[in-house]
Amino acid sequence: MGKVSVRFFARYAELAGCSLSAVNVQTPATVADVISRVREVFPGTQALPPRPLAALNQRQVKLDATVNEGDEVALLPPLSGG
Amino acid sequence: MHLTRHRLEVADLLAEVQSVERGGTCVFLGTVRNDAGVTGIDYSAYEAMAVEEIERILAEAHERWPDARVVLQHRLGLIPVGEASIAIAAAAPHRAEAFAACRHVIEEVKRRLPIWKKEYRIDGTTAWVDPSGRPVAHGP
Repeated sequence: MGKVSVRFFARYAELAGCSLSAVNVQTPATVADVISRVREVFPGTQALPPRPLAALNQRQVKLDATVNEGDEVALLPPLSGG
Repeated sequence: MHLTRHRLEVADLLAEVQSVERGGTCVFLGTVRNDAGVTGIDYSAYEAMAVEEIERILAEAHERWPDARVVLQHRLGLIPVGEASIAIAAAAPHRAEAFAACRHVIEEVKRRLPIWKKEYRIDGTTAWVDPSGRPVAHGP
């Protein structure tokens, strides 16, 4: 098992009840695996869309991207900058 | 300083891009609109990633328009109606590159920056905004 940092922003932080945490997953994992674990640990995040936008170590990635111990996964609501 | 919590100063951005070789300069400002009942918008960001992404966007613009110089600032925090949330200045030898670079950068910002808006309304409610402009959740 490896520890992966998880960040939530904007509405997702409200749903999760926090903006920064960590989950344990079997590594190497995928971003989708991390999100599944997040849904178990933070019940409020069950309201997230089935395939939320995600960033791995500060870059947007697809949900099949590989996650290793110590990585950071960020869950991003639909972007609305500008 | 791509992200700031202070008012955007267009003159400062212009000073960064203008030079005697660059005969065309254009500025884009995104301003908080007075949509029904909206008094202001609170902008929040994944700041570390937003800064990296802005640098990548500007580097890509530089690669595509090497003679142009483009800078941008995005404001965060609660911004009242009528004030700017983003300012982009682009200067190039000729206007076509200045307009093109400026347009490219704002479109990439809209598509890629991890920044979110929460509307504040005159009746005391708030709502997260999705990219289509539709509120997605209401709160007190």
